[in-house]
Amino acid sequence: MKIAGLDVGSRAIKLVLLEDGILISCHEMITGFDYVTSVKQLLEILRPDRTMLTGYGRHILSSSLDFPNITEIKAHARGVHHLYPEARSILDIGGQDTKAIGLTPNGTVQNFVMNNRCAAGTGRFLEVMANSLQCSLDELNKLAMTGSNHFTINSTCTVFAETEVISLKAQGAAPQDVARAVFTSVAQSAASLLHRLPIVPPLCFCGGVARNQHLVQELERILGMEVLVPKQPEFTGALGAALLAVT
Amino acid sequence: MQNYRQMWQELGLNLDAHNNLMQTLAEFYSSIYLSQKNRPRAMQYFDFVISEVHGLRIQELQEAKTRGKRIIGTFCVFVPEELILAADAVCIGLCAGAEARFDLAEQYLPKTTCGLIKSFFGFKLAKLCPYTNSCDLVVGETTCDGKKKAYELFNEIQPVHIMEVPQTKSQAAKLLFHQEIKRFQKRLEKLTEVEITAQRLNDAVKVVNNKRHALNRLNALRSAEIPPISGLDALLINQIAFYDDPIRFTEAVNKLCDELEERVKNQQGITDKKPIRILMSGCPMAIPNWKIPFIVEGTGAVIVGEESCVGVRNTRNTVQEDINDLEELLAAITDRYFQIDCATFTPNQERLQHIMEMTESLKADGVIHYAIQFCQPYTIESKRVEDALAKKGIPLLRLETDYSMQDVEALKTRIEAFKEVITP
Repeated sequence: MKIAGLDVGSRAIKLVLLEDGILISCHEMITGFDYVTSVKQLLEILRPDRTMLTGYGRHILSSSLDFPNITEIKAHARGVHHLYPEARSILDIGGQDTKAIGLTPNGTVQNFVMNNRCAAGTGRFLEVMANSLQCSLDELNKLAMTGSNHFTINSTCTVFAETEVISLKAQGAAPQDVARAVFTSVAQSAASLLHRLPIVPPLCFCGGVARNQHLVQELERILGMEVLVPKQPEFTGALGAALLAVT
Repeated sequence: MQNYRQMWQELGLNLDAHNNLMQTLAEFYSSIYLSQKNRPRAMQYFDFVISEVHGLRIQELQEAKTRGKRIIGTFCVFVPEELILAADAVCIGLCAGAEARFDLAEQYLPKTTCGLIKSFFGFKLAKLCPYTNSCDLVVGETTCDGKKKAYELFNEIQPVHIMEVPQTKSQAAKLLFHQEIKRFQKRLEKLTEVEITAQRLNDAVKVVNNKRHALNRLNALRSAEIPPISGLDALLINQIAFYDDPIRFTEAVNKLCDELEERVKNQQGITDKKPIRILMSGCPMAIPNWKIPFIVEGTGAVIVGEESCVGVRNTRNTVQEDINDLEELLAAITDRYFQIDCATFTPNQERLQHIMEMTESLKADGVIHYAIQFCQPYTIESKRVEDALAKKGIPLLRLETDYSMQDVEALKTRIEAFKEVITP
């Protein structure tokens, strides 16, 4: 039996396909205006027997495709528990929001904290910052690797933080140092969200933003603990949804 | 409708903008309220009251004015309704729960002011509120810094009497508050030219107590395994309590409670199975702020109580009745109002205690702490609420939001995930 987990995020749609419990394939596409049609086309090709929805757009797809849905919080918890049964905390940084999830020893959600109505510290924040430094996200990462911690970005708002970056640039700061400050600020806001759980190790970091290696290092430094990152961190929600469709 | 038009015009409303507001409210009400299943029959009265929120009730106020009655508008549960009624005046709660022309409000106020404050400015400046415009006196109070400073600005648009509400529960603070109650009494007597006698005040105490008893009766019925009424409807009734005629309102609530008692006896309610039970706690939800209850109950959970000013904070304590002496009656009023556990007080242990009691008596599975964005007292106090509940193993979800609809999906995710935490 083929089972699909579909994570409809604000920036990207992720699909994980399982066959008889074994992972067959992962698919990803940008969340466009008419994502319902795109998803339908993808499902026509893959033809899963059962589909579970999660993510920001789950309700819209749920009503047009008549699939069950769960929140991305439960989905990430399930996906992470599958990959790292020992994990007790999750950090998920997605396109538009950041979630800290506390897990019970059985892998179910104990509690969760999310950022409030603000893109600061999210994937979108990194994009805006990369843009104001006129580089790609990959380049921002590489820059940060060689930067020193001369500067801090204090603003908790994307718009204000961008202003800070612009003024750092105007002061003649090296782009590497600014890039590093950007990642430090994201790691710090994620850490304060995690401390509100409070955080219990081991911590798994998932969501597309976890691909930023420098951010992972900053997070490990600030939290003083090892951070587990799945090979394909953006797919844990979709994986969890697929696993929950099985049971 | 034609006679209302003239009335609205005479009250200085912007008719076009007001029509749009009324239309939006009607659509909003119909999709949120009238779409509910298994509603009690006696909700018809409250549906009618809402349909006439800016019509018949405003006409009644104008008729009262022609009979010589004064209209007093209030923003807070610290303003004693008993004194207003004893001065033969009408008491109207003016708190506003909609995003009305915040652009105009922000000409006076910083953007980072809470929605409740911006709302009453917006309603006034956009000429949308027939209640504020019917008032002979508006009463403000020094609860939070936002309101306190905003009234200074509002006073330039419409005169405001400010009652000083202290921030601690010390004896000295209580004495100060008692003096403020007496100063308010004198101000009312001067305005209405009615002497507040012991007899008049005792009668008013009974009227307001009866209203509280009826609302407390309603709230207690929600402890049934299958709640006989939705949280949305209960909230609506608590909202209407602030502006309807108190005696007529009390009768309507008691009539509803008779029906609800029957329902409970027959194990009937708004759901078929035992639902997940949520206690709402925190900031007031003024009309038409139904956003969070609508999302919560849309997931199948039921709200069983409101630990809020538009809720039990307004109703749970009563004033001692049948006191013949005016001074003693005023002291009894001070006693009652000084028990209010608003987050502007420090320390505010009573509130934590009360949330525990409500959680237990209403058998709540979880608590949602609601704070209007930028409301410092409640947002900060939510941490203490969370810690106190955690000790009892009761999950809490902290939500901070405003009156806009932009975050509905994000709130839905939090609320659904909270349900998943309650029943994994």
